[in-house]
Amino acid sequence: MSIHPVMQRLADKINRTDLPDFVPGDTVRVQVKIKEGEKERLQAFEGIVIARKNGPQGSFTVRKISFGQGVERIFPFNSKVIDRVEKIRSAKVRRAKLFYLRGLRGKAARLKEVERA
Amino acid sequence: MAVTGILGKKIGMTQVFDDKGEVHPVTVLQAGPCVVTQLKTAAKDGYDAAQIGLVEFVKASKVTKPMAGHFAKSDVAPVRLTKEVEVEPSKVSGDGEAPLSVKPGDRVLVDIFADEKFVDVIGTSKGRGFSGVVRRHGFGGGPKSHGHMFQVQGSIGASSFPSRVFPGQRMPGHYGTDRVTVRNLRIRGIDLDENLLLVEGAVPGPRDGYVLISKAKAPPRERRGFSGGGTVDPLKASKKASAKKK
Repeated sequence: MSIHPVMQRLADKINRTDLPDFVPGDTVRVQVKIKEGEKERLQAFEGIVIARKNGPQGSFTVRKISFGQGVERIFPFNSKVIDRVEKIRSAKVRRAKLFYLRGLRGKAARLKEVERA
Repeated sequence: MAVTGILGKKIGMTQVFDDKGEVHPVTVLQAGPCVVTQLKTAAKDGYDAAQIGLVEFVKASKVTKPMAGHFAKSDVAPVRLTKEVEVEPSKVSGDGEAPLSVKPGDRVLVDIFADEKFVDVIGTSKGRGFSGVVRRHGFGGGPKSHGHMFQVQGSIGASSFPSRVFPGQRMPGHYGTDRVTVRNLRIRGIDLDENLLLVEGAVPGPRDGYVLISKAKAPPRERRGFSGGGTVDPLKASKKASAKKK
């Protein structure tokens, strides 16, 4: 079903546009805002984008290995928690969802790097 | 403006983030623009109200002659849908006869909710046709195994006594397309350019269904952390203060 034109215009107004373009396979560093009492600081969450959900309420999933333990975090694109996203490198992948990486560790979980604009 | 309600259309649902970063489900309503088609006064009609119509293109052939005459009387373009809404006495009303600031032909826009936090929405629920008791009344239904009969209601009463079914026994029947009011939906955003109103939560009816949006009749009491207001109950505050002194 196509989106209602009014909803489309509303989405264009609400959605944030400051995030860079990235695709599954890219390694990104997400600067996450963390509130500690009154103070606010940034914490980086760096990992591979393994999924991206588009649409008016899209989100993306970042996976990293932290102390030998796989950690995934899902960020809505419009989340206020995200301060900024830095794209670090791109990799050659042949599918849109990289859930197969969950079953792989170490050398097997590497992706072949490619240059992408 | 002293009109307390506006006609609109349900556009769809989405979600928005608030200042705290929390996400809220919202229904997008196209509220207005509306036009006052008639003013009812206590002197003439026995009560004060404004009849408003949703400004929308309507074919001339679809307007009945009586309605055409009605619109011509107040010199407004024909509208498809009209509803009556209450009229608030204007805040700076002089003494004597309260001068109403509303007159036929006035535009009613979504900005009437600019100072409001909550609205009531009246819509017509989605039609479900002839529905069984499980859907219509939330019955448990039959067992899912043991020679099952899923969507049945079971017994509707005892046998020789009383030999009849009590009035009000809930049974299958027509469900939906009822007038449904949802009270105290929090306003999450107003778009004046597009005449949009974003309210938190669901609104009865299908997409493109007509709704009547009015200022909340009985908005929730302002409590700390609930209504967003930092209002303090004077009784509690004094108790707290005295407790602190000790």
